[in-house]
Amino acid sequence: MESTIIKTINYNSYFGENHVVKNVNIEIPRNHVIAVMGPSGCGKTTFLRGINRMHEMTAGAHASGQILLNGEDVMELHPIVVRLKIGMVFQRPNPFPNLSIYDNVIAGYKLNGIKLPKDERDRIVEESLTKVALWKEVKDSLTKKGTFLSGGQQQRLCIARAVAMQPEVLLFDEPTSALDPISTATVEELFIDLKKNYTLIIVTHNMQQAARVSDRTAFFYMGELVEYDETKQMFTGPKDERTQNYITGRFS
Amino acid sequence: MEQTMSANGFVNLQETTIARKTKQVNRSNNHIKGEKIFKGLLNFAGLLLILVVCGILITLVWQSLPALRSLGLRFFWTDTWNPVTNVFGALPFLLGTLITSFLALIISIPFSIAVAILLGEYFPKGGFSNFMRSTIDLIAAVPSVIFGFWGFFVLVPLVRIFEIKIGVSPNGLGLFSSALVLAIMIIPYAASLGTTMIKMVPSALKEGAYALGATRWEVLRSVILPYSKSGLFAGILLSLGRAIGETMAVTMVIGNSNDLPKSIFSTGNTMASVIANEFGAATDHVYISALVEMGLFLFLVTFVINWIGKAVIKRFSKNG
Repeated sequence: MESTIIKTINYNSYFGENHVVKNVNIEIPRNHVIAVMGPSGCGKTTFLRGINRMHEMTAGAHASGQILLNGEDVMELHPIVVRLKIGMVFQRPNPFPNLSIYDNVIAGYKLNGIKLPKDERDRIVEESLTKVALWKEVKDSLTKKGTFLSGGQQQRLCIARAVAMQPEVLLFDEPTSALDPISTATVEELFIDLKKNYTLIIVTHNMQQAARVSDRTAFFYMGELVEYDETKQMFTGPKDERTQNYITGRFS
Repeated sequence: MEQTMSANGFVNLQETTIARKTKQVNRSNNHIKGEKIFKGLLNFAGLLLILVVCGILITLVWQSLPALRSLGLRFFWTDTWNPVTNVFGALPFLLGTLITSFLALIISIPFSIAVAILLGEYFPKGGFSNFMRSTIDLIAAVPSVIFGFWGFFVLVPLVRIFEIKIGVSPNGLGLFSSALVLAIMIIPYAASLGTTMIKMVPSALKEGAYALGATRWEVLRSVILPYSKSGLFAGILLSLGRAIGETMAVTMVIGNSNDLPKSIFSTGNTMASVIANEFGAATDHVYISALVEMGLFLFLVTFVINWIGKAVIKRFSKNG
């Protein structure tokens, strides 16, 4: 029996009057990769940003309903506490340009004013970079600026930055859409490794990617969660006509 | 029927082609002529500007030669300013300029950076932001003689009360009052450039920091300020250049004494204010020449400060 890590109950989110995510109920099992797909403007990114309370930072945005993380409602917690438990990686790699690779990895600790002894910091940096398969490539240039790396390496550095905070869940917002095919493949391989320790929720507009990396897939359309099932099931025998149409490319 | 049509069509096509060609030729000729005239005008305007600056510099150097000849480089570090005996030393005024400008800078920095953060990060748009911005622009647009009046009638009496309280000679007028007036006058320069630079910080970076659990203050301190620091620095340098060159307001509240200032509450003169004050009364050619030499000095100091500011902005935009 797998345990549920995130469960949403009647979750809605809005931009002003605009109802963007409509009554979503979803259960996400621990140590799985969940792909969230759907056409542009379907609310998938807004839903993702709601999970770690990033959604409400936009002026006029608000949300209702519950998001339970291990049974605790994240809507009741302070956003900062939520973001320490739920890490996030963005569409474009965004390492801090004024920091070295080393400092980028432990940026979360620095930002939160957590002082660590040197050997502990070294350990976290090595561990996090190893987890994202970047350690071998950068171990001799840790003092170089993070922006000195290639796009794919930068994105893995950003994943390492999120992993370093030891979150339980990692959110990815179209993490490979700014990367070349080879970097994309490296990052996708990484997802399989990462799910041993974390639960991954990946928003993607790339159906092949969803099929390749995820255990379960959620299909959003017009703000609704249309279908949520095992990925294999979803791509071979979708139950809803709209899912069927999307998968077969009748709209995008 | 069909053949005629196609023949007609062919003829028309040929005519059109010819017509187009001639038109194009005519147009090209006009075009080239216009282009030449326009380019000439632009070159002339650009050249004129460079000539004016060179002209100013040459005049300043030329006119200060008599003073340079009779006083030598002593001018820059001696402190006697005596028009009767024709002994001129710029040190009190150099000190006056440096003290008032840097004091004004120190007073204004917290305010200009606070405004830059407020308008760049907290209220980048909206009614409040527009109102604040136009108020700040207004400060830059107020003629400096008005600031002089305000300083003289409002600030100087207040400074006098303050001086009595702390037990220094109650001049009211002096370097401290000048620095206060200058501080207000230069806030807009650093604030508006700082606002632009803080707005330029990519939101992806800010979001990255927020997603790691940072508070707004932490994002400000660790992401926004480090990213925009050279821009803020450049704005501060520009406002320093403005403070060094400011003449009228300072002349009205500084007390116009030619002695070496003993404290920040002494009366004094800056390089600019002594020129404004004494130029009309200067009769001897060495006296005039000494004032011009001071002008040259001032010109070079502001030029260097502007140049450093530009170099810093350039480096900043390259990094960005």
